Amino acid sequence: MSQAFKLAFRNLGRNKSRSLLSALAVSIGMALLLLMVSVLEGEMSGALQNTIRLQSGHLQIRPASYEENKISLKWEDLIENPEQLVEKLKSLPQITVATPRLTASAILTVGDESKGVQLLGIEPDSAANQPFRDGMLSGEFINADDREGILIGNTLSEKLNLKVNDKVNLLVTTSNGDVNEQLFTIRGIFTTRTPGYDESTVFMPLAKAQAITATENHASTIFVLLQNSDQADAVAKALQSNNYKILTWRDQNQFVVQFEDYANAFFIVIYLIVLGITATVVTNTLVMAVFERTREIGILSAIGMKGRGIMAQFLAEAALLATGGVIGGLIIGGAAVAYFTVYGIYIGDYGLTGVLFEDHIYAHLTLANTINLAVVTYIITLIASLYPARLAARLEPVEALHGLGD
Amino acid sequence: MEVTKVSHATRVFKIGEVETKALRGVDLSIQDGEFTALVGPSGSGKTTLLQLIGLLDQPTSGNVTINGQDATPLNRNQRADLRKNAIGFVFQFFALIPTLTAYENVEMPLLLNGTKPAERKKRVNEMLEAVGLSDRAHHRPDQLSGGQQQRVAVARALATNPKLILADEPTANLDTENGRQVMDIMKKLNKDTGVTFVFATHDPRVIGYADRVVTLQDGLITKDSKANGKS
Repeated sequence: MSQAFKLAFRNLGRNKSRSLLSALAVSIGMALLLLMVSVLEGEMSGALQNTIRLQSGHLQIRPASYEENKISLKWEDLIENPEQLVEKLKSLPQITVATPRLTASAILTVGDESKGVQLLGIEPDSAANQPFRDGMLSGEFINADDREGILIGNTLSEKLNLKVNDKVNLLVTTSNGDVNEQLFTIRGIFTTRTPGYDESTVFMPLAKAQAITATENHASTIFVLLQNSDQADAVAKALQSNNYKILTWRDQNQFVVQFEDYANAFFIVIYLIVLGITATVVTNTLVMAVFERTREIGILSAIGMKGRGIMAQFLAEAALLATGGVIGGLIIGGAAVAYFTVYGIYIGDYGLTGVLFEDHIYAHLTLANTINLAVVTYIITLIASLYPARLAARLEPVEALHGLGD
Repeated sequence: MEVTKVSHATRVFKIGEVETKALRGVDLSIQDGEFTALVGPSGSGKTTLLQLIGLLDQPTSGNVTINGQDATPLNRNQRADLRKNAIGFVFQFFALIPTLTAYENVEMPLLLNGTKPAERKKRVNEMLEAVGLSDRAHHRPDQLSGGQQQRVAVARALATNPKLILADEPTANLDTENGRQVMDIMKKLNKDTGVTFVFATHDPRVIGYADRVVTLQDGLITKDSKANGKS
C-alpha cells in the first residue's frame, strides 16, 4: 500500500499544475460548501436564538383559551394574578427568568403620521429585558412606576423621525372593547438589530399597560427562560395544567423549524451540484492520466500487477488529491467562514412572519458540520476516481502495451 | 525440461469486419536454458507469438503451457500470478516506470510477489550489479541512456528469478554498442544462471547470439534451426 502511495505521489508530481488545479477544484468545492453550511446554520440558529431571546422565550405560559395569532385582551383570555404564578415558577431550578408580559395592539401617532405597533407591557427590572437594555441607543430604560414613558425601536424612530423626549399619541383597544388613548414621552430608543421587531414594538411598564388597556392585574403570558433550550420539553411537562397552555420555543417557532428543514433539503441539492462538479474535475483528471499512462499500466500488468493493484494505484492518487483538496478546503473555507463569522453578511430588513432575522447573517460552523463535509468530500472524490481506476484495471495488457512490435 | 509449449496456436484479430490472422497454427516447444531468436519480417507474427507465450494475450485456438501448466483456462488474475513468478519481460521501448528510480523499477516485481525487504534489497543489488548499473541505482529513467534503461529492464525481468525471459526487439532502439552490451549481458546471464531467453528480432547481429533460430512468415513457423550462438 505504501508503494501505491509512493507511486501515486510521484505520478501526481509529473503534471504538477494539473494535479494542483484538480486539488484546488476539490478545495474550492469544499470551501463553498463549508461557507454555505455555516451561513445556513448561522442564519437558522441566529434567527431561532433571536426569536427565543426577543419574542418566544424558551417557554410561554398562556391561558387555556389562548389562540395563536390572536391578541385578545378579554379577561378570560388573560392570566389573572400572574405574580403568583411567577413565584411558583421560580421554585423550579431550570427556570432562570419568569416574567409576565401583556401584549396589545396599538396605533402610534405623531403629527399626521401614524403606525400600527405591538404594545408590550413588561416588568422593566426583569432580566428577560436585558437584550433591550443592551441595545439602548439613546435615552434611558423605562422604570416600573413610569406612567407616561415608553421605549421605541430605532427603525420606528427613523421612519417617524422621532427622538428621545418627543411626545407621541398611543391609541389602544381595551379589554371591554372601548378605545383609550394617551400622550406618551419617548424615554429611550433601542435596537435589537432586528429591523422588523424594532419597527413594530413599543415597550411600557406592565402596570401602565394594564391600566391603559383596562386589564388590571392580568397578563397575556409568562415569558420564561431556561438554563438551556433542551430543558423545554421536560419543564413544560412538569408544568402541565388544565388552566394553562405551556408552549415551548419549538411549539412557537414551528415555522423556523420547518423553514430550516426546507432550507436543508434545498441545500442538499446545491451540495450535490457543487460536489458533482468537483467529482467531474477529478474524474477528468484521472481519465486523462489513464490515457497518458496506458503503456505504463501495460508494463505493470506484464510484470504481474493484478487489476486490483492497478485500481489501487489510481485510488491512491485520488486519495492524495482528496487529502490535499480537503486540507485546502478547510483552509480556504475556514478563512471565509472566519470572516463571515466576525463581519457577517448584511441582509437588511428581511421579514418573515414569526421569524426574527437580524440585519446580518453571521456564519456559524460546527465541528460536526466540518467533519461531515470533509468526510463527504473525501468519499465523493474517491467515488469519482472509481471510473478511471476501473478503466485502468480493465485494460488488457496486450492493448495497453500497444506498439510493442509487429 | 520444457519451459513453454505452444500447441496449434492461432490468433485472429478482428477489426470491424476485417479479420487478420496473425498466427495460423503454431507449434513450438522451448526447453530450459535455450537462447532462442524468433525472426521474420514485420507482420510475420513474432510479437504476437511472444505475447501468447508471455500470457499477455490469449490464443484464438490452441494452447500455451508454462512450466507444464496449461495457461489456457486461467483467468486474468491467475495469468498475472503466473507471469509474476515465471516470466520476465524486456520490451522494445525502454519499458520502465518513469517515476521510479532504477533500483525501484527492479524492485517492483519483487514487491508484487511479496519478497521480504532484506531479500528484496539483496536481490535488487545483485541484479543491478549483474547488468553493470550499481552506480546508477538511484537514477530515474530520464537520467539514464537508452542502453542503460534497457539493462535496467533486463535486471527487472530477472529480479524474481523466472525461468523464462521474453524480449521483444530488445536492441531495436539502441545503437550498435549499446545493443551489443545488452545482448552480451543477456547471453551471459543465460550461460551463468541457465535462464531461458526467447527474443524476437530481425537484426542479424542479434540473431548471431542465438543458439536456436525460429523463423516465422505470415503467421506460420517456416524454419526452426539450431545455431552456434556466439558467447
